[in-house]
Amino acid sequence: MAFTLYSLIQAAILCINAVAVLHEERFLSKIGWGVDQSVGGFGDEPGIKVQLMNLIRSVRTVMRGACFFLLRIFSHLTVSG
Amino acid sequence: MNVTLILACLLASTFSKNKFGATQKINNICIKNKLTSPGVMDLPHQGYRATKPRARAAPSAGDSVLFDDTSSAAPGMNSQGFYTPAYNMAGPSNDMQGGPGVNNLFADPMASAAMMYGSSLANQGKDMVNKEINRFMSVNKLKYFFAVDTRYVLKKLMILMFPYTHQDWEVRYHRDTPLTPRQDVNAPDLYIPTMAFITYILLAGMALGIQKRFSPEVLGLCASTALVWIIIEVLVMLLSLYLLTVHSDLSTFDLIAYSGYKYVGMIFTVLCGLMFGSDGYYVALAWSSCALMFFIVRSLKMKILPSISSDSMGMGSNSKPQLRLYITVATAVFQPIIIYWLTSHLVR
Repeated sequence: MAFTLYSLIQAAILCINAVAVLHEERFLSKIGWGVDQSVGGFGDEPGIKVQLMNLIRSVRTVMRGACFFLLRIFSHLTVSG
Repeated sequence: MNVTLILACLLASTFSKNKFGATQKINNICIKNKLTSPGVMDLPHQGYRATKPRARAAPSAGDSVLFDDTSSAAPGMNSQGFYTPAYNMAGPSNDMQGGPGVNNLFADPMASAAMMYGSSLANQGKDMVNKEINRFMSVNKLKYFFAVDTRYVLKKLMILMFPYTHQDWEVRYHRDTPLTPRQDVNAPDLYIPTMAFITYILLAGMALGIQKRFSPEVLGLCASTALVWIIIEVLVMLLSLYLLTVHSDLSTFDLIAYSGYKYVGMIFTVLCGLMFGSDGYYVALAWSSCALMFFIVRSLKMKILPSISSDSMGMGSNSKPQLRLYITVATAVFQPIIIYWLTSHLVR
């Protein structure tokens, strides 16, 4: 495949968007990936699932901040371009 | 002339946001002009591989190794550790040497003042650029990776191509800081990957030109493809290290270095493919894949897999060492795949 940096940025934006739109109570709790279900062991090895849930939650939090509008505008520009 | 001077004053006043203002910058410039160094330390980016890496004498221990510029007498303009001495020197000695010294250069005092303003502008621009860059990545940490010399580069290239006889793979430390590549051949560096990347792009252009398939866009495409694959690999490695909570001291630059070492194998493979045809290509591909896999596994094993002796966390689950082993092996297996992917279209 011949990649360009442009396509990499496009792919990254789409992936982050996909992770950010995973809804907490409609979807993630149903499959047992909600963050309220992650309060588990107090050991210092959280495990993959907890890390993944934390990652999803942090991506969603960051995206709900100022990045939300920036990302939407940028994705409109790039996808249509 | 007067208009440009006024414009320069306006620009200088708008740029100088700190309290120091333009006057102390001018003092700084006067002192620096006095001590103009014949050979300023410049980073080894000039040419690819033709430039000798800095072969300095054996330095004294400690972290002054990185920031000592042994090739020039002046305070290095690039290193930020030297800024404060220049400021301190500016105060007392400027009164004596400022006026008559500078005026000797130009008969016209306006031209000399304009020159001072111009160089102060340039200095302020450089300060701003340095400050912005330092916000994103630490320049000092980057300097560690470029502190190489010829002996290190030669030994490292040999290890990359033939790692089977290398005994000791531990990265040595000196009072909790890792040793620079000059002093420890196991330390990762960024010089070899950078130069190998550039050489690979040029070699790809040459290979395509031999087959009469060259056009300037192809070169850019090849470069960005290779860069994108590096970025993807580093991101995947970072993600997997985060998910498995591997508390290793592998920083982003370390991962970039380790994933950039495959370009040496790629160059070797493409060269053999060009010289010896398709058979030579496959033989060289097999050889460099095996060597690179061995190198990666041995290097990353030290850092990712838990050491047997110190076991502070006794309650690690049973799947942990296996998963860490999977990461190491997956990284190693990924290398020949990407080598094949990026070089097969160059050698038909």
